[in-house]
Amino acid sequence: MATSFQTAVENLRATRVWKSIFRRGPAITNRTRSVAVFGNLFLHWLPVKVREKSLRVRAAYYLGSLSFLLFLILVITGFLLMFYYHPAAPNAYRDMKDLRFVVSNGVFLRNMHRIGAHLMVLLVFCHMFHVFYRGGYKPPHEFNWVIGVVLLLLTLFLSYTGYLLPWDQLAFWAVTVGTNIISAMPIIGSKVRFVALGGNIVGENALLRFYVLHVVILPLLAFLFIGVHFWRVQKDGGLTVRSKDDDGKN
Amino acid sequence: MMEKTKIEPGFSSDAKKEPRRIVFITRNTSAKVKDERGPELMTYPHLLVREAIVFEVLIIAMVVLALFWDAPLEQLANPLLTPNPAKAPWYFLGLQELLHFFPPFVAGILIPTLILIALIVIPYFHVNVEGKPLWGEKASKRFAIVVGVTLGLLIVLAIFDAWTIIVPTVLVAALLVASYYSKASTGWLGNLRTKPLSWWVMTWFIATALCLTVVGTFFRGPGWSWVWPWGTHAG
Repeated sequence: MATSFQTAVENLRATRVWKSIFRRGPAITNRTRSVAVFGNLFLHWLPVKVREKSLRVRAAYYLGSLSFLLFLILVITGFLLMFYYHPAAPNAYRDMKDLRFVVSNGVFLRNMHRIGAHLMVLLVFCHMFHVFYRGGYKPPHEFNWVIGVVLLLLTLFLSYTGYLLPWDQLAFWAVTVGTNIISAMPIIGSKVRFVALGGNIVGENALLRFYVLHVVILPLLAFLFIGVHFWRVQKDGGLTVRSKDDDGKN
Repeated sequence: MMEKTKIEPGFSSDAKKEPRRIVFITRNTSAKVKDERGPELMTYPHLLVREAIVFEVLIIAMVVLALFWDAPLEQLANPLLTPNPAKAPWYFLGLQELLHFFPPFVAGILIPTLILIALIVIPYFHVNVEGKPLWGEKASKRFAIVVGVTLGLLIVLAIFDAWTIIVPTVLVAALLVASYYSKASTGWLGNLRTKPLSWWVMTWFIATALCLTVVGTFFRGPGWSWVWPWGTHAG
C-alpha cells in the first residue's frame, strides 16, 4: 500500500504539469529544499535556513505565527459571512437571525469568526509582551517593533469595527461608549467623532463606515504591514536569540 | 620589469590592497558574541512542518470552542434603551475602568496616547537596549528616585480614589523594594535583582492593565458599581 502510494506520488511528480508548477525536483537535497523556499512566492520571505535555537517552542511560543494564522482564518470566515450580510439597519440584525436559524452551520461560522477575533487580540498582546521580555525590540529589530505596534493598533481597530456589525444592543452600546471618548479630544473631538460615525450618533452611516473599514481598508492595511513585518524579521537577521538560550533546555 | 612596480595603485585602480580588518567592539559585547549563531536547520521541512502542526492544533481548538461557545446576540439595537452598564469590548474595559476615576480627556485620550508613544519609543532609548540591572551602579540614589516617583504616583492615584490601579502598583512596588534589600543571587528574588528599569515599568503596566481589564469585565455592574460575578443583580 505504502509503496503503491509512493509510486503514485513519484509518477505525479514526473508529470509535465507538476514540473511546470514546482520547477524543481523532489525536496530531498539541500539545494531543492532551498529552492522550495525562495522559489515560492508565499514562502520567499522566509530564510532558507533557520537557527536551531529559534525553532524551539520557548523562542516565541509560536505567538506571531498563531496571530497570523488567526488573521487568515478570520479573512476566510469573514468572506463567507459577507455572503450573508447587508451593512444596513435593521437588515444587518435580521442577517444575524438568519445566520442562527436559516443558514446551514451559520452559528458555527459566526462563532469561528468571533472566537478567532477575540483570540487574535489576546495573542497579539501576548506576542508583544513576549517579544518585549525577550528583548526582541533591541537593534537591529527596532523598526520591526514599531511595525508591530502598528499591527497591534490595526488588530484592535479591526476587532472594534467588527463589533458593531451584528447591530444588536451589545454592539450598538459598546461602540457608542467607545466613540463618546473621541469627543473628549480637545477642540477637534466632536468633528473627529462626526467623521468616524458619519453623523452625531451611531446610526446607519456609522454601520456602513465601520463595515467598509472592517472588510476592506483595515484588512488591506493589515496585510501590507504583516508583509513588512515578516520581511523585516528576515532582513534583520531572524528571531532574537539570547546567550541565555545556550543552557540546552527546550 | 622594474618600471612596472613603480606604478602605485590609486582610487581608480583595480589593484588588490592589503585587507585591513576593522572590528567594532561596543559595550558588553565582543566580535565573537555576534558570530555565535549556533547550528542551523533547513526551513523546508523543519520550520514548515512545525508551522503546519501549530495551524492544525489551532484549527482543532477553534472548532471545539466554536461548537460549544455561541456568539451572543441581544435585542435589535435601540438608541432609546441604554443598558446599565453599557460596556465596550473586553480589551477596552481597562480604559473604561480608568474613565470611572479620571476625567474623559485624561482616561480616554491622554493616557492611551502616552501608552502608544511609550511603546513606540522603547527601542530608541539606550537604557532599554542596554538592559542593565536597575540595582547596579548608584543603586541607593536610584532607589531614592524610584521610591519618590512611586510615592508621588500613589498620592495622585489616592486623590482620584483609583484603587484598582493602586493595588497592582503597590504589589509591583513591594517586589521592587524586596529586590533592592534582598541579598539573594539565586532563586526568584535573585532573578528579580537582575531586571532592568524597562522590565519593571512593563511589568507594572501589564499588572495594572490586567487588573483594570479583569475588574472592568467581571466586577462592574449597574452604574459601574462593584458586583461579584457570581452574584445576581438586575442588569
